[in-house]
Amino acid sequence: MTAVQDAPAAESEIGKDRRRKEDQRLITGRTRWTDNIALPGMLHLAMVRSPHAHAKVLSIETAAANAMTNVVDVLTGADLGEAQGVNANAWPITTDQVTPNHLPMAIDRVAFAGEIVAVVVARTAAEARDAAELVDVEYEELPAALDLKEAAADTVLAHPDLGTNKSAFWQLDSAGQGSGRAIDEVLEEARRDGIVIEREYRQQRLIPAFMEPRSTVVDPTGEQITMWSATQIPHITRFLLAATTGVPESKIRVIAPDVGGGFGGKLQTTPEEWITWFVARRIGKPCKYTETRSESLVSAHHGRDQWQKLTLAATKEGRVTGLKVDLLADLGAYVGIVGGGVPVLGAWMFNAIYKWDAYQFNCTTVLTNKTWVDAYRGAGRPEATYAIERMMDELAAEVGKDPLEVREMNWIKHEEFPFTTVAGMTYDSGNYEAATAKAKQMFGYDELRAEQEQRRANNDTVQLGIGISTFTEMCGLAPSRVLGQLNYGAGGWEHASIRMLPTGKVEVITGASAHGQGHETAFSQIVADRLGVPFEDVEILHGDTQVSHKGLDTYGSRSLVVGGEALVLAADKVIEKARPIAAHLLEASVDDLEFANGRFSVRGTDQGTSITEVALATFASHNYPEGMEPGIDAESTYDPVNFSFPHGTHLCAVEVDTETGGLKLRKYVCVDDIGNIINPLIVAGQVHGGLVQGIAQALWEEAVYDDAGTLVSGSFVDYLLPTAADTISFEIDHTTSPSTTNTLGTKGVGEAGTIASTPAVVNAVVDAVRHLGINDITMPCTPERVWRAINHSGGGGADPTEESAMPHFSPDGPNQDHGETGEGEDL
Amino acid sequence: MTRINLTVDGEKVADDVEARMLLVQYLREKLGKTGTVIGCDTSNCGACTVHLNGQSVKSCNVLAVQADGAEVTTIEGLATDGQLHPVQEAFRECHGLQCGFCTPGMIMQSVDLLKENPHPSEEEIRLGLEGNLCRCTGYHNIVKAVQYAAEHSSGAVEGAPA
Repeated sequence: MTAVQDAPAAESEIGKDRRRKEDQRLITGRTRWTDNIALPGMLHLAMVRSPHAHAKVLSIETAAANAMTNVVDVLTGADLGEAQGVNANAWPITTDQVTPNHLPMAIDRVAFAGEIVAVVVARTAAEARDAAELVDVEYEELPAALDLKEAAADTVLAHPDLGTNKSAFWQLDSAGQGSGRAIDEVLEEARRDGIVIEREYRQQRLIPAFMEPRSTVVDPTGEQITMWSATQIPHITRFLLAATTGVPESKIRVIAPDVGGGFGGKLQTTPEEWITWFVARRIGKPCKYTETRSESLVSAHHGRDQWQKLTLAATKEGRVTGLKVDLLADLGAYVGIVGGGVPVLGAWMFNAIYKWDAYQFNCTTVLTNKTWVDAYRGAGRPEATYAIERMMDELAAEVGKDPLEVREMNWIKHEEFPFTTVAGMTYDSGNYEAATAKAKQMFGYDELRAEQEQRRANNDTVQLGIGISTFTEMCGLAPSRVLGQLNYGAGGWEHASIRMLPTGKVEVITGASAHGQGHETAFSQIVADRLGVPFEDVEILHGDTQVSHKGLDTYGSRSLVVGGEALVLAADKVIEKARPIAAHLLEASVDDLEFANGRFSVRGTDQGTSITEVALATFASHNYPEGMEPGIDAESTYDPVNFSFPHGTHLCAVEVDTETGGLKLRKYVCVDDIGNIINPLIVAGQVHGGLVQGIAQALWEEAVYDDAGTLVSGSFVDYLLPTAADTISFEIDHTTSPSTTNTLGTKGVGEAGTIASTPAVVNAVVDAVRHLGINDITMPCTPERVWRAINHSGGGGADPTEESAMPHFSPDGPNQDHGETGEGEDL
Repeated sequence: MTRINLTVDGEKVADDVEARMLLVQYLREKLGKTGTVIGCDTSNCGACTVHLNGQSVKSCNVLAVQADGAEVTTIEGLATDGQLHPVQEAFRECHGLQCGFCTPGMIMQSVDLLKENPHPSEEEIRLGLEGNLCRCTGYHNIVKAVQYAAEHSSGAVEGAPA
């Protein structure tokens, strides 16, 4: 299969670094964020949230709030009852999964700090928030399940009525499914005559922290009830609103207007959406709820949060023979829409780019009394990649070889593709040798290794570390049949339709729902090429279920790989529908027509007509073949046949000050193979942003709870999002092994940077200090942890983060509120 | 309620506002200047950055009453006569935005940065943008955009009123 079929090579749109169509409105402030929407008579909601991680709700006093000026209503969970619907889990990973019922508003018990117990409806947002302060809730605190390992032992129950915190156990076993040998056998051999490495790694809890806080507006005044929401998944939201609140799907319109980032964090149906939906329908007026950032951090789902126990078997020379993974994954208080599916998505990625004899993945998902955990950029695959790429460095240290050499000994060679892995996935294409060679050269690998030697020999106080990550991921979620086998509640197809307008413009409707990716630009390039129309004449419509009636939205690096392919198929159908009409207009035989560059021409003559002329002719419909319908619009639903497997080699140099533990990113090089590239500018942006998100996990970010279950990193003061001053510029490049699973040859890039960069950075940090006897530093690798590791006072695998917020203000500092005395008193 | 008179994006406006109303709320809720957005509640993110009398401020950190008599420029008033400001142009040219939510603040801050330092080094740009968070771009192309604006438009940028 060729990479790009029928594409006119000379003036191909595909591959051009087109500036984005989206930008004009975004750089001039002409935006449509959900919070910008104001409707006549619109009411505003404020949520009352539990301060306790686990408590019975004894009583809720709403009279004082209700009496406030311009307060329209105050509603509690008892008022909403069953009519509020539920927030559903779409992927029960086992048929006997334990899933707590998740009502949007709690009625008699709260299961995490931040859970909603009441809503105030008022004429302005400020009045709603003022009144929310007056809602008096009496709680009886219950013991809370907070620590993941303790929760897994069922010492305290997050939901006492369920009898256990263990939601599900999911296993992939290479012997069991016939894709490899038995892990115990391989481990036994390695214990006898090889190497066994055991490690435990912590994937700290992260917060997606999209820049646009979530917002929902519901207008119940039309025949269709309209919801605008800052979501990645308008189609899935519409389906689940219908399924759980009893409103017919045909009466629901969901619109995701401009959406300010998601990273998986807006791949959710939320209590706030459901409550706004309920209140607007009950009161009969448009209602808006926009969260504050602090509310967002405590209530929007978190990511990662796993313990990973790893047992790796290898020969004495360093050939890996098998890996056993025992995973504990914190789901938080409720099972989110993907829920346990997130760690399970990692099951096929622990074996990464390597060839092993045996593999076993055991995953236990656990309920705790913390904010729920669900998809965050990479979703399961960063965790898996981190584990194996850290382990490959450990193996290299064990056998005394360069970590790149050990990887090369174990990776799949380019001539071995397509390759079926020990986990049972068939990788389409790749060339790890080529990407690595290019990355090494760009990085100056040998020179930096020499400098590292030098610094070690000199006992330099600043040591240099070199980190490696050779990653692959599975993109393009997903073949529907595979999802069915995994008990997922929906399919993985995508839909597209193309409307050929009489004026020559082309409307393209996609079921993918962009929130910053640049679909309007990249999809225009694909369609412009396929139909041979100008890039500027293509309009991409998305994110409104009334326009885009069918779709499965945007996540899992699927939009281009699945949604893009649907566009190609729809465009091909347009051409095929236009062909007989063109033949009729040209008074030629269909067989004599060829289509290129937007034009049907009669072979061997200079006669022809453009596809836009055919569109106009069908609009007039004065002259078209007997028995045909006058129209060339077409639609297509594409269900992928396989995932795609992009890969890359990432190299990172970090300087570590051994006296202070301070870290400095010195150089970061990556060479990714993401198949054919539609728009290199957009791809570079995806890679840069992904890198920083992954680096942030390695060095800065962590959602920290205190022992009462309060999120202490609950604002941007305490949750350390990196700034421009923390980061560096990157050197990125590509090798190209076109995907063989779609005609565009594309593989997906949205998550690559995030997946690869975390282990590259931590490997670099550990590499800088390994000669001091250190083989692990817990993420985030703060200067304090690094310093402690160097000084042998912790910092390694089990070192917890201080469970309190840093003091924000010094009492002795200027401009402080010192109370009535005006003196700086210790509080 | 307090009466305020000010100029926003070149137009004179007057309103009675609550003393506690923030400038960003005033811009969004009273004037419909929704190009300026709210990204946090702790003045960390900088998404709401505007110019107050020619200087960048986080409009969540200014009360509307403090803007009485002032001249405010938002992202919506940056382009003149249908011509994008060179910094806006640079952000598009260098792909310095993805979702675009931080972009209004990021552009307003960059304009101010270049006014103070027309030829900044990469480090000066990074330090100058430290108060503005972006989650999409990894800052790489934002830094490039500011460099591009500095290289391609020194006259226009330096010519901004002091």
